[in-house]
Amino acid sequence: MNKITRRQALGTSAGALTALGLTAAAATAAARTEPASAAAVGTARTIDEVYQGRRIQIAPGAGGHHGGHHSPGTPSVRIDGRELHVMRNADGSWISVINHYETYADPTSLARAAVRDLQGAALVPFGGAA
Amino acid sequence: MTVRKNQAALTPEERRAFTAALLELKRTGSYDRFVTTHNGFIMADTDSGDRVGHRSPSFLPWHRRFLLEFEAALQKVDASVALPYWDWTTDRTTRASLWAPDFLGGTGRARDGQVLDGPFAYATGKWDIAVRVDGRAYLRRALGAGVAQLPTKAEVDAVLAMPVYDMAPWNSSSNGFRNHLEGWRGANLHNRVHVWVGGQMGTGVSPNDPVFWMHHAFVDKLWADWQTRHPQSTYLPGAGTPNVVDLHDTMRPWNDVTPADMLDHRKFYTFDTEPTAASASQR
Repeated sequence: MNKITRRQALGTSAGALTALGLTAAAATAAARTEPASAAAVGTARTIDEVYQGRRIQIAPGAGGHHGGHHSPGTPSVRIDGRELHVMRNADGSWISVINHYETYADPTSLARAAVRDLQGAALVPFGGAA
Repeated sequence: MTVRKNQAALTPEERRAFTAALLELKRTGSYDRFVTTHNGFIMADTDSGDRVGHRSPSFLPWHRRFLLEFEAALQKVDASVALPYWDWTTDRTTRASLWAPDFLGGTGRARDGQVLDGPFAYATGKWDIAVRVDGRAYLRRALGAGVAQLPTKAEVDAVLAMPVYDMAPWNSSSNGFRNHLEGWRGANLHNRVHVWVGGQMGTGVSPNDPVFWMHHAFVDKLWADWQTRHPQSTYLPGAGTPNVVDLHDTMRPWNDVTPADMLDHRKFYTFDTEPTAASASQR
């Protein structure tokens, strides 16, 4: 049990670093715990594409919207100009409010999955029952 | 005492009573408030920040409390109603009676995913999707489209065998029972069922589909089954964990209930098949 406790303690500090990983401690966290995912956030590309007739725009690190409960590094993802609520998982994968129980490797594949699910429907602005 | 039954064992009259109570909660606006609450939590719960309803140890006690509140609302409409559970390891095809027109209705049509039969079809005029993330106001499903197979009994048993409730960092990357049941890691149980149903069930506003409650009633039962298998194991973490609900911390949005209060479901209801103390708790 002592071993598990030690590992739990280590896991906690790794989690705390991950939380800070999107701010000043990014380099440290990336080096020590999860270089791939931290790097993925840092290098998220700007995307402006038409996919199945819908315009997908991704702006890296432009998040921090609506109440700021998200990390500042969260990208802004828009479909036909409407923002898609996205979230980054601890392992570096992504989910959105449209696909909330299924993870995607990057914001682009996440946005494309949302477009497929929407079948032409428009996103509703956050928090609003339109 | 409320007895939660396997949905497959409900009588036609019990099915009618349950769906009628759902429709009444929908009519009064009470139902949609539950959808709003769930969506609010699922968008706010993050791996690196505060997390209460999802991707955290309190996933199980939070949903237990959420279902209790919903069941109490149903019982105000009809005191005979209890939440049924859907054992998706057994009733695992689109032909299960769960999806019959006299219960939840079936899958959606290919063109737009719209559910066309059953009490919750849009054309009935009684089940508009008001709390939504996109423009569509009709219940949608795509049973088995997002993922081919529901979890198997063997996959469930492997997760139930895990002796530790949850582990640091207490989020979607954790090892242990809770995260394997939630599905962010391993064979993927709870999350996969949301994806298998598809439509609103795959989104943050998943309680728009009444199957949400039966899915979570079974997830809740699996927690009880796990407790029976591991009587020496308990909820973790115990105290002092940032961003996470410890055993004796209160949970939002109620602020007057802790995971410790939720550990023993028999204070509130029993299941039709209780793994322990069957003679004492079954009526």
